[in-house]
Amino acid sequence: MTTRSISVGALARVEGEGGLEIVLRDGVVKSVALKIFEPPRFFEALMRGRAFSEAPDIAARICGICPVAYQMSAVHAMEDALGVRVTGPLRDLRRLLYCGEWIESHMLHVHMLHMPDFLGYAGGVEMARDHGDVVRRGLAIKKVGNEIMTLIGGREIHPINVRVGGFYRAPRKRELAALAERLERARDAALEVVRFVAGFDFPDCARDYVFVSLRQRDEYPLNEGRIVSSGGLDIAAREFETHFEEFHVERSTALHARMRHGDGAYLVGPLARFALNFDRLSPLAQQAAREAGLGPLCSNPYRSIIVRAVETVYALDEALRIVESYEEPGAACVPIEPRAGVGHAATEAPRGMLYHRYRLEADGTIAEAVITPPTSQNQGMIEEDLKSLIGGFLDLPEDDLRHRCEQTVRNHDPCISCSTHFLRLEIDRG
Amino acid sequence: MAERHAPRLAVWKFASCDGCQLSLLDCEDELLALAQALDIAYFLEATRAPIRGTYDLSLVEGSITTPHDAERIQEVRRRSRALVTIGACATAGGIQALRNFADVREYASIVYARPDYIHTLATSTPIADHVKVDFELRGCPIDKGQLIEVISSFLAGRKPATPAHSVCLQCKLKGNVCVMVAHGTPCLGPVTHAGCGALCPSYDRGCYGCFGPMETPNAPSLSLRLATLGMDEDALRRVYRTFNAQAEAFREESERHDD
Repeated sequence: MTTRSISVGALARVEGEGGLEIVLRDGVVKSVALKIFEPPRFFEALMRGRAFSEAPDIAARICGICPVAYQMSAVHAMEDALGVRVTGPLRDLRRLLYCGEWIESHMLHVHMLHMPDFLGYAGGVEMARDHGDVVRRGLAIKKVGNEIMTLIGGREIHPINVRVGGFYRAPRKRELAALAERLERARDAALEVVRFVAGFDFPDCARDYVFVSLRQRDEYPLNEGRIVSSGGLDIAAREFETHFEEFHVERSTALHARMRHGDGAYLVGPLARFALNFDRLSPLAQQAAREAGLGPLCSNPYRSIIVRAVETVYALDEALRIVESYEEPGAACVPIEPRAGVGHAATEAPRGMLYHRYRLEADGTIAEAVITPPTSQNQGMIEEDLKSLIGGFLDLPEDDLRHRCEQTVRNHDPCISCSTHFLRLEIDRG
Repeated sequence: MAERHAPRLAVWKFASCDGCQLSLLDCEDELLALAQALDIAYFLEATRAPIRGTYDLSLVEGSITTPHDAERIQEVRRRSRALVTIGACATAGGIQALRNFADVREYASIVYARPDYIHTLATSTPIADHVKVDFELRGCPIDKGQLIEVISSFLAGRKPATPAHSVCLQCKLKGNVCVMVAHGTPCLGPVTHAGCGALCPSYDRGCYGCFGPMETPNAPSLSLRLATLGMDEDALRRVYRTFNAQAEAFREESERHDD
């Protein structure tokens, strides 16, 4: 029996620090383990004893790449606990802010993190020497996402304007209107990006994923919706922990999430949202997807780069719609009274569904916090991807194979900083 | 004359959220120009290029929270001609330094089913507690304009122009209406290090101190004022104990309001 180990010491171009261990026996993939070096920061513990109003700013610090997602899941969960609903222009502004983060994060991933794998470069900066126009176009779109976050949130990383109940200050109509022209230009550019990435050479494969995402009546999901799956699940966010659990994998110490009833590992993120909500995309985004050769379902993870580009078109389209129809709210925030209670919320971070639950005491102090980030949910499926996909690449030279493994992980844009639940893995080589 | 090689830049990560190093990739207009002036030689979030040799400038994000990282920062220092910390984690221990005021074993048991698997230190400490630091850039997150200034000043061989005065002064320079005087909104602006552009008061919100203490702040005096605005001892302790909880002036003031 010949044993061959492939080790990626430190995964590049992912957010946070992780590595990968794969063991092959007689040419067959025996085991796969995503290793996380990220030191634990104990957010769920340090939230205890803080005021409910502090949760959005503290939760944002879990991840500098998707702080809006953490702020949004936190405010919606708090409002659920406090019996408050935010509607009208304030709801639209939250959706617009989230569009900004999707645009920024997706364009970062498409151009700087994922595209170099397809064009054969170590990174986006190296790629720019030969493909300057492509990188500049991506950065220009990304910048528009950041401009949305800066206008509404105050800054793009850890925005300061989000609070339970709404915002500290609502933007003026003319401030938003100033974005429209740049959004239109960025939308045109994003359509070019869809066409460009659709022409890449993709490994030919299809995975039988169980997809999980939010879904709502008449919008592509961002801030709210029911949790649905390709297996027919359809539940409210407050039922999440009844149907999903985090657990220890045998012979490893990493927490994975799985569905409690049968389906096991599942996938959240762009591929899942797209498969479960294709009919909720704007006509322009649907058309872009079709022209790029995507049906209403894409089960080739390497083609997730196209889905991210399509979602970017949607986010720009949706941002334009909100900017053009915006009316200034009477107040930037709805009144909030603390009370005891439990609140749940799930929202769609760029890389997948993000669940929060908080238990509050009567004065609004946080007694308990539970946070289930997208990467913790996807970890099991990323390992299954590697198990089932790399078998076809085993004849590649060692370096190329290692690179292909990294690309397979990067397909899902794992955000390891978010992984409040990841532990170090000890590998058992048997 | 021999051709001068471009200075080699490295970006290192310890316990953090990745936001401060993302600031570099968020410099959409400057990034490619920067990449021509500098050799971005090690930056795991952006490139597969491996660690090799020494670096002229190291940007360090994150705090030291594990025994392994306490060793790794020594290695980073050895490989670096100049070492600059970026952000509140690297400069003041970050939000994860709240463990310094609690029992880390209890924290681990709250979050993890098997806390015995956790390898962590009891404290989260800034980089300067472990190695010599040439410059500390404040902020949670850092301001990307200030980051460009720090890198440019390094390339030019001069000191970075990053004012050490308060957010309060920045607000005055900007012509903001004072949220504390006009609206009675509690604000840490008078004791907080400048750098954000007085962002929160510009959004009708009190400063929450994410750039940490300014030079020689008078926090006890501010606390008296905050108390008259309705903040009790518990709220006063918490307001100084956030993203820069381990920074000396904020730590001392929060401890004055401990039970």
